[in-house]
Amino acid sequence: MSHAPNHHPPATAVDPANPQVLRLAGRWTLRFANEVGDALRDLPDGIACIDARDVERLDTLGVLQLLRYADRRSLAFDRFHFRDEHKALIAAIEDVHDQRPKRKRDTGFKAALGRLGFAVVDNAREIVALVAFLGETLVKLLRLFKEPRRFRLTATFHHMEQVGLDAAPLVALLSFMVGAVIAFLGAMVLKDFGATIFVVELVSAAFLREFGVLLTAILLAGRTASAFTAQIGMMVNREEVDAIRVLGLDPVDLLVIPRVLALLAMLPLLTFIAMMAGLLGGMAVGAFTLDIPVPAYLARMQEMMEFRHFMVGMVKAPVFAMVIALIGCLEGLQVEGTAQSLGERTTSSVVQAISMVIVIDAMAALWFMEMDF
Amino acid sequence: MATPRDPNTVDGVVIGDAPLIRVRGLVNRFGEQVVHDGVDLDVRRGEILGVVGGSGTGKSVLMRSILGLRKPDAGRIQLLGVDARSEDPVTRRHIERNTGVLFQDGALFSSLTVGENVQVPLKEYYPDLPDSLRYELALLKIKLAGLPADALDKLPSQLSGGMRKRAGLARALALDPPLLFLDEPTAGLDPIGAAAFDALIRTLQQALGLTVFLITHDLDSLYAICDRVAVLADRKVIAVAPVAELETLDHPWVQEYFNGPRGRAARS
Repeated sequence: MSHAPNHHPPATAVDPANPQVLRLAGRWTLRFANEVGDALRDLPDGIACIDARDVERLDTLGVLQLLRYADRRSLAFDRFHFRDEHKALIAAIEDVHDQRPKRKRDTGFKAALGRLGFAVVDNAREIVALVAFLGETLVKLLRLFKEPRRFRLTATFHHMEQVGLDAAPLVALLSFMVGAVIAFLGAMVLKDFGATIFVVELVSAAFLREFGVLLTAILLAGRTASAFTAQIGMMVNREEVDAIRVLGLDPVDLLVIPRVLALLAMLPLLTFIAMMAGLLGGMAVGAFTLDIPVPAYLARMQEMMEFRHFMVGMVKAPVFAMVIALIGCLEGLQVEGTAQSLGERTTSSVVQAISMVIVIDAMAALWFMEMDF
Repeated sequence: MATPRDPNTVDGVVIGDAPLIRVRGLVNRFGEQVVHDGVDLDVRRGEILGVVGGSGTGKSVLMRSILGLRKPDAGRIQLLGVDARSEDPVTRRHIERNTGVLFQDGALFSSLTVGENVQVPLKEYYPDLPDSLRYELALLKIKLAGLPADALDKLPSQLSGGMRKRAGLARALALDPPLLFLDEPTAGLDPIGAAAFDALIRTLQQALGLTVFLITHDLDSLYAICDRVAVLADRKVIAVAPVAELETLDHPWVQEYFNGPRGRAARS
């Protein structure tokens, strides 16, 4: 790149012949924004006329600054003289100069209080919306029996593959590791009582009752709820959901029910995989570090394990599936047109899904304990 | 002080008599499909050049190649006196600072208000500009683009399609670039809105001394504001001329385009 040698910064000079006339020269452009500001700040009083005919280049910033100067000194703008080639620019800017926007956003304590109030109301609305959405989905699920043609088989299987099959290795691996950790933890405490063999009961009960289903649900809340929100949210942004509506189709039938059914089918299966992997993790730790050989471990497990533990765990799986799928889909449908809204909704869907899973699990644990299951 | 106006530099880079954009032998391929095969095009300083062509003739690809958003497979592109394909940061900055682009749907940042959108380039290139001045400049650009002042605090999603285009234009003008790229600015506007937008582009071009690269399908725009029109067909620029001369050009697509029912209507 070859550069022009002379850059002329903006300059002002009082006409020696007439102290009321100020002459401007140089480039009054965005490049010299600071120099323009400086040049106009320290001017002597009593200037009645500005001669800008020597200005070499002028852009919107230059004109804007001159206009502001004119306002400050209450100088009529017709006291400025410009070159002909600049007049179109001046005219265009002068035309629009006067309109001001209304006040900007308020940022005081009152506004903060207001936002807090709105946030509380929003949360309440969200809960109502979720319950309403649950009802709508259930009704439309039941309607499938009456009108089976509304059922989207291909979409359902597609989602089953995405949320179920694709997640299986991850669920198995993580459950295996958590199973091993619980075995270690149990062994550490139980060794002091010479009761290392009780690790078998600990791992089985923990995984069958709680951890198998809880781990799976939390993983899917992170993996699947976010995916549902992003997929549906993007469709909302691109007006695809509106297109579905005007084509006389039902977004719940098309988008929500396949996802709900897929998760309802796959979460229990994944839970089963998680349970098995967790038990395997406990067994591996038993065999390799706790001196409980595999046959002994298996025999102990068969002897002590009860089927009701498995049922307590399994019965929660469809509930979690419903919660995760509904939150994921509902948040997606509530996206509003912007990339930021999509991000907020995705975050909110994961946070809500994980919190709901844990809260429901805690309540279920209490209930089952009181009921002596 | 005598001030010889020197129209031959842009932001310190000497251009001389060369055109602002000079494309030579441009080739663009997408796999097997050849979009451009030896495109030559000059855009002269201070003109509005319309670029027309059927769907899929690579009008947008040409613009993206010139802007460096797409790497062409062959050819040379001179832009504002520098090599448009250069990766040198100083050169890239020179190009970015001196071009404004209006994408088809405005491409406004959806999480920022219109005012913030216009201030983004100002913040990036002139970080030490005082806040109040930056705000005033953004306001001025928004009003120059023909939006009401209270559009400043609105989000793009709260604007109509036509207003989004105007907001996109305001952002493209934020840095007072000498070179403006417009990708189908009137597509999707109603005829009255399109005519107003054409008039706006003409006014701004004259007021700010812009050079405009205008991709369009709109025959009315060609007749109303373009100084010259480049026709993309058969993977080349087959002609560059004022629109009146193009009408007489003997090429099937050009004949169909200008002398079809819509072309006749636009001319009358």
